[in-house]
Amino acid sequence: MQEINPTIHTDVPVIHEAHIGHNGNGHDHHHKQSFITKYIFSQDHKTIAKQFLITGMTWAIVGGLFSVLFRLQLAYPDESFSILETFFGRYAQGGQIQPEFYYALITMHGTVLVFFVLTGGLSGTFANLLIPLQIGARDMASPFLNMLSYWFFFMASVVMFSSLFVQTGPASGGWTVYPPLSALGLASEGSKIGMDLWITSMALFVVSSLLGGLNYITTILNMRTKGMSMTRMPLTMWAIFFTAILGVLSFPVLLSGLILLLFDRNLGTSFYLSDIVVAGQILPNEGGSAILYQHLFWFLGHPEVYIIILPAMGLVSEVLSVNSRKPIFGYMAMVGSLFAITVLAFLVWAHHMFVTGLNPLLGAFFVLLTLLIAIPSAIKVFNWITTLWRGNIRFTPAMMFAIGFVSMFISGGLTGVFLGNSTIDIHLHDTYFIVAHFHIVMGVSAFFGMFAGVYHWFPKMFGRYLNNTLGYIHFWVTIAGAYLIFWPMHYQGFAGVPRRYLDFRLWSSFNQFTELNKMITIVSIIVFAAQLMFVFNFFYSIFKGRKVRTANPWGSTTLEWTTPINPGHGNWPGEIPEVHRWAYDYAKDGREFIPQTEPVNNNESKH
Amino acid sequence: MSTTWIVIALILGFVVVFQIAKASEYVAILRGEEKTRKENNRVNAFLMLIFLLVGLFGVWYCNEKLKGKILGEAASNHGERIDTMLYITIIITGIVFLITQILLFWFAYKYQDSDKRKPFYYPHNNKLEVIWTVIPAIVLTVLVGFGLYYWFQITGEAPKNAMVVEITGKQFNWEYRYPGKDGELGKKYFKEVKEAEGNPLGQIWSDPANHDDIYATGEMHIVVNKPVKLIINAKDVIHDVGLAHFRMKMDAVPGIPTTMWFTPKYTTRQMKEKYGQDFNYEISCDQMCGKGHFTMRGVIIVESQAEFNAWLASKPAQYETAMGGGTSKPAAAPAKTADSTVANKATGKLMN
Repeated sequence: MQEINPTIHTDVPVIHEAHIGHNGNGHDHHHKQSFITKYIFSQDHKTIAKQFLITGMTWAIVGGLFSVLFRLQLAYPDESFSILETFFGRYAQGGQIQPEFYYALITMHGTVLVFFVLTGGLSGTFANLLIPLQIGARDMASPFLNMLSYWFFFMASVVMFSSLFVQTGPASGGWTVYPPLSALGLASEGSKIGMDLWITSMALFVVSSLLGGLNYITTILNMRTKGMSMTRMPLTMWAIFFTAILGVLSFPVLLSGLILLLFDRNLGTSFYLSDIVVAGQILPNEGGSAILYQHLFWFLGHPEVYIIILPAMGLVSEVLSVNSRKPIFGYMAMVGSLFAITVLAFLVWAHHMFVTGLNPLLGAFFVLLTLLIAIPSAIKVFNWITTLWRGNIRFTPAMMFAIGFVSMFISGGLTGVFLGNSTIDIHLHDTYFIVAHFHIVMGVSAFFGMFAGVYHWFPKMFGRYLNNTLGYIHFWVTIAGAYLIFWPMHYQGFAGVPRRYLDFRLWSSFNQFTELNKMITIVSIIVFAAQLMFVFNFFYSIFKGRKVRTANPWGSTTLEWTTPINPGHGNWPGEIPEVHRWAYDYAKDGREFIPQTEPVNNNESKH
Repeated sequence: MSTTWIVIALILGFVVVFQIAKASEYVAILRGEEKTRKENNRVNAFLMLIFLLVGLFGVWYCNEKLKGKILGEAASNHGERIDTMLYITIIITGIVFLITQILLFWFAYKYQDSDKRKPFYYPHNNKLEVIWTVIPAIVLTVLVGFGLYYWFQITGEAPKNAMVVEITGKQFNWEYRYPGKDGELGKKYFKEVKEAEGNPLGQIWSDPANHDDIYATGEMHIVVNKPVKLIINAKDVIHDVGLAHFRMKMDAVPGIPTTMWFTPKYTTRQMKEKYGQDFNYEISCDQMCGKGHFTMRGVIIVESQAEFNAWLASKPAQYETAMGGGTSKPAAAPAKTADSTVANKATGKLMN
């Protein structure tokens, strides 16, 4: 690698002042790149962002397809689909999804979407694309580590994907893989080789995430262009910065937890195992604690949901402001609330464990800290709404998804107030209420943030627009569908319907939702089809989309729109621009917008 | 065959939508992009308003359709408190939901792009921000206060007169143990578990407290209006004792016994009269425990003290069964109740 891209390496330690020395020759286009260095082992942050995005989209299709399959089972438990047997053989014997297969599907659906799509795909894409462009840097602090970050992600993907094809099936104990179930091959087929592959894949994923995260933090702290103080950064940067910190501090804990699990599985240790009689065998393990794993898992697991939602919040803040033609309301409060969420993220993990036998007094502290999160979240929502107030809103597809994000975040955030309160959680824990809650607040919301980002920055990525009409259809089908799917699930939760059941015919308390389950399945198929349409729009528009003709199509203040329409490696052909103001001077002094690069005029009003 | 048709229809629909989308792009260029943008803007702004109205109607409609299907009144003392807390939270969050969603979509509609209006430069307002920091803080304090008050009542010590039942989860059913006349459960050790020798729970026979303990599966019997304390165990993986009607739930963790107590308010018979003959107090496993997770069903029979006493008296102590002393061998085998027959039928495909 080193010989192929010499110019990049000279760039690595360079900070903005040093560019004065060798500007002008234009950091792009003056060295030849082969196909492999340009598109495969690229060290250009923009290409790496696209790699993350496309890998993430591929996983999203796989994960989404899994959900369609298990929704079919939930809606039509007694019907037989011969096509399923054609494709899945013994896993869908007689055209019916077998329990092992069902549990493998839900486990992989969760794992893939939480980690590979909404962590790797979302952070990986927008951190890589936007950090250098928005802070004014030629590339990441370490383009090489950045490249490694993607390829570790790719390897994690390969291992996870291969686990789908092993004889005993992939991991199938739920995406949280609680031991002892996940530790004992005797307890579940999915806990055999599939589980080892799951752990291996996640270990690779953690490495990828750490390489990426350290790079994001370093770049944001050290490589901002002249004049770009921290408080002049767009909120996307703040959000990604805090996301990276969360990831760097919490992913290692997950890795340690998983390594102990690996030991318990293969080396006969007893970290999580004690007093077990399984499949007629008495195991020798004594003294371990199955609950220890849950502490370690949720110490990542809870920050993880903020790792998913913070970048979406950042993207949405930016898109809302640009398309309202108005500054984001309460910039400092937005930064402060991101900070508050980041800190609290580490202090609430045990709210996932209220009914594990946790000491009630300890639970009480976690209730308090959990509900505290509602305060910064509320501030954010009110600030977003106020940003719309008296704006001049342009409904680009990105803007619509940003508004949809706020709506979804409100709906899902409010149900968090139920679950964070341990008294209510006793009843709602592990029911469809929690399924509805986290799908709305982190699944759908984060996807909306991601879509807003893709629609908004697609012109920067590919120099072309996505098709607007398809974008509008995509938005309306998705938001209506998401509410139709998840809103009624709250009622199933009130009824106490447990999650992770594939058939309710046995139960007199939970079998009253047959019609509802059918409706939800049909809608989820339609929504899935709409996502396929988006994917089609995406790839079609890369090659055939309407061309971008102006450098700044959205009339935005931020630095990425001062680059050429198709920026080369190094982003700016000349010197990196200097920044003179914050990122949100829209509608100021009667001007539509003032780019960050414009010096402050003496007559300008202060804010 | 119908699958093929559905796939063909989907693909066709897809092609049509795509052609329209493509054409609309060309039309936009012909008519002037700015003009088309404004028109799209108006349409989407209007749709935002429509979405708000249809959405609010949908919230009401969904409630109408489903409110009768969520469980009836809570059947335990704790359940009442949990329901109260639930309703308080529904009201508070409901108000916030309505205000914020209406503002969001109303603003989206009202402040759509217009040549007549200049957007308002409004970067911050400290007073407003303090207000909407403090109000949520106060509301949440109230919720936390109520919540914790109930939480400590529910998780606090069981009353002295509570009856004790031990419940053990294993893949994929529940086992129960009652202390006999001595009111005390004997000691157990997992390495003593020998199903074939009539010791499914690993009771230590040298402990005399074990000699009168009674073992059962399928149905758990408890007494109405009498507090019951469950001692919860698991043999293999983590399970969870989910009692939706009593609004209670507690994990069953191998190696770490947990407890839960509550007072049932209505007998099974009363509930059947009220909600139909299909009614059962069911125990659902609420923690993913393997391929049979969704079939891990138990039933609780709530009955009068007299009925309970009669039932208990009909059960031999497990000690006798294990030692082969009694003639009641069948009691040791998993009870084939009517319910477990249903279970086998519904999960036929699991058994194959």
